[in-house]
Amino acid sequence: MTDTTLVAEHPLLERFPEGVTPDERKGYEGFIVAADRLVEFATALRDEFGYDYLSSVTGVDYLPDGKMEVVYHAYKSTGGGALVFKVQVPRENPVVPSLVSVYPGADFQEREAWDLLGIRFEGHPNLKRILMWEGFAGHPLRKDWKEAYFEEEKKPFGSRWPGGAVHRAEDENPFGKNVVYPPDFDPEKWTPVGDEALYAGLREFKKDDDLKTEQVVVNLGPQHPSTHGVFRMVVTLDGETVVRLEPVMGYLHRNHEKIGERNTYLMNIPFTDRLDYLSSMSNNWGYVQAVEKLLGDKIQVPERAEYLRVIMAEFTRIVNHIFAIGTLLNDLGAYFTPMLYALEERELILDIFEAVSGSRMMCNYFRFGGVARDLPPGVYEKMRDLVFERLPRKIDELDRYLTENEVVRARCEGVGVLTPEEAIAFSAAGPVLRASGVPYDVRRADPYGIYDRFEFDVAVRYHGDVYDRYLIRLDEIRQSIRILQQALDQLPEGDVIFGSPKYSMRVPAGEAYGRVEGPKGELGFYVVSDGSANPWRYHVRAPSFINLTALSRMCEGDKVADAIIILGSIDIVLGETDR
Amino acid sequence: MPDELNAKGYDIPPEMQNTVAITTLDKLYNWGRRYSAWPMMFGLACCAIEMIATAASRFDLARFGMEIMRPSPRQADVMLVSGTVTKKMVPQIVRLYNQMPEPKYVVAMGACASGGGPFKEGYNVVSGIDKFLPVDVYIPGCPPTPQALLYGLMKLQEMMDKQSIKSVRWYQKGDLPEIPVPILGPDLIDPRDYPDFEFKLRQAYAEKTEEEAS
Amino acid sequence: MYGKGILKGLGVTLKHFVETYVDDFRRGRKRYGTREGVEYRSSKDVSGLFTVQYPEEQLIIPEEFRFVPFLVYDEGENGEREIRCTSCGICAKVCPPQCIWIHRSEDPKTGRPVPEPAEFYIDIDVCMNCGLCAEFCPFDAIIMDHDFELAVYDRHSNNIYDKEKLLKPASYYQKIRPRNYAAQEKIRQEKAAKKAARARK
Ligand code: SF4
Ligand code: SF4
Ligand code: SF4
Repeated sequence: MTDTTLVAEHPLLERFPEGVTPDERKGYEGFIVAADRLVEFATALRDEFGYDYLSSVTGVDYLPDGKMEVVYHAYKSTGGGALVFKVQVPRENPVVPSLVSVYPGADFQEREAWDLLGIRFEGHPNLKRILMWEGFAGHPLRKDWKEAYFEEEKKPFGSRWPGGAVHRAEDENPFGKNVVYPPDFDPEKWTPVGDEALYAGLREFKKDDDLKTEQVVVNLGPQHPSTHGVFRMVVTLDGETVVRLEPVMGYLHRNHEKIGERNTYLMNIPFTDRLDYLSSMSNNWGYVQAVEKLLGDKIQVPERAEYLRVIMAEFTRIVNHIFAIGTLLNDLGAYFTPMLYALEERELILDIFEAVSGSRMMCNYFRFGGVARDLPPGVYEKMRDLVFERLPRKIDELDRYLTENEVVRARCEGVGVLTPEEAIAFSAAGPVLRASGVPYDVRRADPYGIYDRFEFDVAVRYHGDVYDRYLIRLDEIRQSIRILQQALDQLPEGDVIFGSPKYSMRVPAGEAYGRVEGPKGELGFYVVSDGSANPWRYHVRAPSFINLTALSRMCEGDKVADAIIILGSIDIVLGETDR
Repeated sequence: MPDELNAKGYDIPPEMQNTVAITTLDKLYNWGRRYSAWPMMFGLACCAIEMIATAASRFDLARFGMEIMRPSPRQADVMLVSGTVTKKMVPQIVRLYNQMPEPKYVVAMGACASGGGPFKEGYNVVSGIDKFLPVDVYIPGCPPTPQALLYGLMKLQEMMDKQSIKSVRWYQKGDLPEIPVPILGPDLIDPRDYPDFEFKLRQAYAEKTEEEAS
Repeated sequence: MYGKGILKGLGVTLKHFVETYVDDFRRGRKRYGTREGVEYRSSKDVSGLFTVQYPEEQLIIPEEFRFVPFLVYDEGENGEREIRCTSCGICAKVCPPQCIWIHRSEDPKTGRPVPEPAEFYIDIDVCMNCGLCAEFCPFDAIIMDHDFELAVYDRHSNNIYDKEKLLKPASYYQKIRPRNYAAQEKIRQEKAAKKAARARK
């Protein structure tokens, strides 16, 4: 939501008379910055103009123009709309200066763009593949790269109808003609390169120490009871203290974006459910919002649908935070009991989701211009029962049960501290950011939907440790209940969707960035349309992915056992981290 | 009882003719395994959340004797493959499977683990864990609800009931074969494909270059 | 006092433990194995034991619940099956993972398409249960099922559902989704009445 009118006479243009031009393509916004001025531009943006929070870095492959573009979305941590700036480089040799020195939060995102699109970031301290493994052939998100089971450029595939003959993709293409092996490739001589490089970077030996200590490298994961899925941390230990930690991910990389660019706009909604699979409703909203922005005033969301969206999103937040608290306590060693209590409430909310949307977890409930269906009879009363009666009581009980527990306090207080400056620099979002004392909440800072109508407080805590990240989730549940109470009271009658939904639609060309405050932080969807029925570029700014940038900073100097609860307190979901 | 055993369908070798004790022993043996099939605490994706929900209070896996989830493969009997199997992860999964002691079972939970699921077309997704491991029960659904998972586990128990000490894989003579761990090359490579591999590779490469030339 | 927090927490656990017995006592026989009992255990008042003991009892499945789709046929007067699907292909086009295959029938003489599927396949190892096919089918011919007990020992012979396996009668549809069925029946009848009126003119 940049003030597009202001772009032409933005003070930035005065400050940079050369090398910075407004982006004048139709449907696009922001500035195009020359690659050699980028670092200077970003530094000025941060220090002089107050855009201190770099939210998202996206690579886009404009194959027909022979260009690669990197799109940056920067915000002020005090609130307001985005400042978008872009760098364009030739496709054959895409080299862009790295912004890690200015915004450390760009670290993983630049690595992702390198991995998936092959854009080199010059000056990046650790430019390795992040989602795929080292040695993988090609950069899969490039438009001319084809996977082994490639069928057609766009969905729907012609082979399904009218002459559909059933087949399984893997039978058609056993080795994948699309995978280019070097002609002299010999599988028996191949050694995977990834891990060696990883370990080499982590080994360091201190010399000025009288004690003879040796540092050891320990792998936590990918199969580890407390990594919340298939996540791996490679930790260098000095005794029990973490010297260095490197997260390794991609074990659940399901190629969401590649598939998303082949799908039609509608097809992507059920796929977004599977990003952060604990909070599918929020994911739906982020994506739908981005596409609605592209559609502009062709579509208006009816009042009742707006309310239903808020209700579902807030229920989702409660579900997610309850689960996060449960798993955090699990990681602390309170084996399963807090989890059991937390999951009871979750089940009751999931019953509502199931009754409304048809599925407990994969709700697929939002549509462009509204929601899929109205509440079935009886559900409204059930929601009221929960929100006005049961949940407040149960949250208090959870509070009583855990908050004052001495073991919890001893383990959590002062552990994994992230200062507010660091939190902003590392682009942390959501509860992690707010527990560090930065009261930034997209619902307030850049309101969407009808959040400006509700009274609620942005929860904020100031210590930035694990304990505060636990407390802030409790706070947020309480605020969500407050919003829910208001929304349920005000819920108007009427339609729940604009017009009659179509199964395929064209979307005007342009770009849009939709963002919502998901339970884990700012969830953004960057969608580029070329005017057809399938998105040209579809990128997810995943909060659990970007929050991990700060993980090694939080863990350094703490004990290895603490690394696990620090990870638990960030609350990642691998479906979103790896996409 | 002997009559029943001598009926058609029961092929009893002569030296076993009077070993009714075996079936009783089988019953005992199966009963023991049936109610102590400990799953490995091992989640891959969205389906794992439903697996956790199944273990929690509403569905309570303990009623089936399966509540003891072990994070270590050495103490587990059942591998619940709960979610999308990616190429990057599959070497680890095979390794974990090899580390499990016999008797071991594999349950493919959800569309992804059974056959690739909605993400099948992706470049990093394995279309079904049965490409690598022998799967005993497949549970369709995306995700299977906890009750569907319980149904699948009951199917697994039924299957255990039908097994006999005489014929189970782990009491046969000789070593049990290990499953070769796949390799991450330019793409995922299954070592069992080596004999075919080079030939197909050459062919694919030749076709590819031909295409590019034309 | 050190340890107070822990004691408080233990108190909560103890309360949960005792509540089950209090509830058992208060509700007696009705607590387990009855529909009423299951309803109570998914309501806001539930305290104590929360478990629904599948398979002896089952959670109450809401009408909108969706698990793999099926095709609807109406039972004709002589018991023949009138498949509703006209093989228009919309479901195959909207399906996100593209797991529907439809082979349209053709008139053997003229070669023109006939509005009926010759073959209809769904690969349920790919289907993501999203329900979009049912949502966008213009003829209410494909509906999301409630039956989730589908686990099998061998997927290769079972999990690609063909037309035979997918077809279920409209009465089954009415049974699992009475509200949707009634609403759609109303629309269908109105349409039929209009058509009849037009035919009469
Ligand atoms: S089957 Fe569906 S729910 Fe399960 S892991 Fe795959 S996408 Fe997720
Ligand atoms: S099921 Fe419905 S949408 Fe699909 S082909 Fe048949 S009539 Fe068309
Ligand atoms: S439910 Fe969704 S994935 Fe399954 S067949 Fe229908 S449209 Fe396809």
